[in-house]
Amino acid sequence: MVTKSARLSKSVTERSTSPNLFKATLAIAWKDLTAEYRSRELFSAMLVFSLLVILIFNFALELDIKTRQSVTSGVIWVTFAFAGTLGLNRSMAVEKDRGCLDGLLLAPVDRAAIYFGKVISNLAFMLIVEIVVLPVYSFLYSINLFNPGLLAVILLGSIGYIAVGTLLASMAVQTRTRDVLLPILLFPVAIPVLIAAVKASGGFLNGDEFSMILPWINLLIVYDIIFVAIAFMVFDYVVEE
Amino acid sequence: MIEVRKLIKRFGMKTVLRGVDFDVQPGEFVALLGPNGAGKTTFLRILASLSHPSLGEIRVAGYRLPNEAAAVRARLGVVSHLPLLYGDLTAEENLLFFGRMYGVTKLENRISEVLEMVGLSARRHDLVRTFSRGMQQRLAIGRAVLHDPDVILFDEPYTGLDQDASSMLDDVLKSVAAQGRTVVMTSHDLVRAEDLATRFDILSRGIIAASATRKELSKSNLLSFYKEALAG
Repeated sequence: MVTKSARLSKSVTERSTSPNLFKATLAIAWKDLTAEYRSRELFSAMLVFSLLVILIFNFALELDIKTRQSVTSGVIWVTFAFAGTLGLNRSMAVEKDRGCLDGLLLAPVDRAAIYFGKVISNLAFMLIVEIVVLPVYSFLYSINLFNPGLLAVILLGSIGYIAVGTLLASMAVQTRTRDVLLPILLFPVAIPVLIAAVKASGGFLNGDEFSMILPWINLLIVYDIIFVAIAFMVFDYVVEE
Repeated sequence: MIEVRKLIKRFGMKTVLRGVDFDVQPGEFVALLGPNGAGKTTFLRILASLSHPSLGEIRVAGYRLPNEAAAVRARLGVVSHLPLLYGDLTAEENLLFFGRMYGVTKLENRISEVLEMVGLSARRHDLVRTFSRGMQQRLAIGRAVLHDPDVILFDEPYTGLDQDASSMLDDVLKSVAAQGRTVVMTSHDLVRAEDLATRFDILSRGIIAASATRKELSKSNLLSFYKEALAG
């Protein structure tokens, strides 16, 4: 039997205090945003990819103005989903490649802080790309996308996509085939959020009544809450060896 | 400080650790030696709470693993052959980040102390990706001692370092050990282990095959002690 030796409290009381979930979450988000501000690796890749996708769609579809309006919600969500996947993969790969994930796991904080910190930074990257892409899309397709309802749907859809994507990227990064595994895992699970986002976005662009759009917005909100809650509960097990 | 009893670790059908018993007293510097594949890194990962044991009992600083892992992590510093640092942050920002993760109080002062200790004060505002491998490893030690841990685990800290960088790392390791911390270090380098450690344990075929303190072992026969332990 192991004998229970006297517990040492020196280091925790004198030099450090137990960091709470909120502070640790902010520390991780700050670290990611600062590192990305320096390198701009992830942001550049996501942005160039997004712009290429909408450019290719623009030339490939060659649609009249009315048809363009009807495909807009689909095109922007395909663009955001692909760019988001690119960012999610890279964001976790950076942690794994230099062993930094172990550094995070060694910290005496609730591991949910790692998840929430990553969600905040990944969401920030995705929203910044969306802020740049939307005006370009408006210009290329001659469609006004500056509708408060549409912007709210983009925010809710992005939260849902990043919430589930960050969880799955944390799983995929542990494997050798992470680059191909993440989309294979993510797209089927993200189908409800993508369908709801496309339908709600289309509703706002077509000028539908709010009562017709509301069920899709409700679905987005429920999806966001469910997946954030699931991730909070299971993230510890996902990152365990 | 560290108590391990009948530790078993399996990966699927393969048993890597077959009943390790291991005790370390406060202030001891233990060199854990052994050939490739002996299970040294697996053992250290379990002590660091990064991997779960299949069976056995482990206490670090009086706290039980894996049940009290957060309490153990607060009292533990880990240095591996990877620096666990962010290349796009400066030395100071890296320590700032890890200090926040460990809830270090008076962080600015502590960062200055640590950078001074590892000899990187002049490079505190430089990006870590511009550092040499040796400088990164010294900063990794700074990261590991930032929260003033009771126990430090070094996993092959000399991997990839040239002679000069290894000598500088020797000095840093000696200063870390001189502060009275408990240290466990895995290494292939018998000469460096002999220079630093106060006890030598040989991990072979998943068990501690032999153990000797510096007093029990004269400097000249660590190699023969090691060879005998592996042969036995």
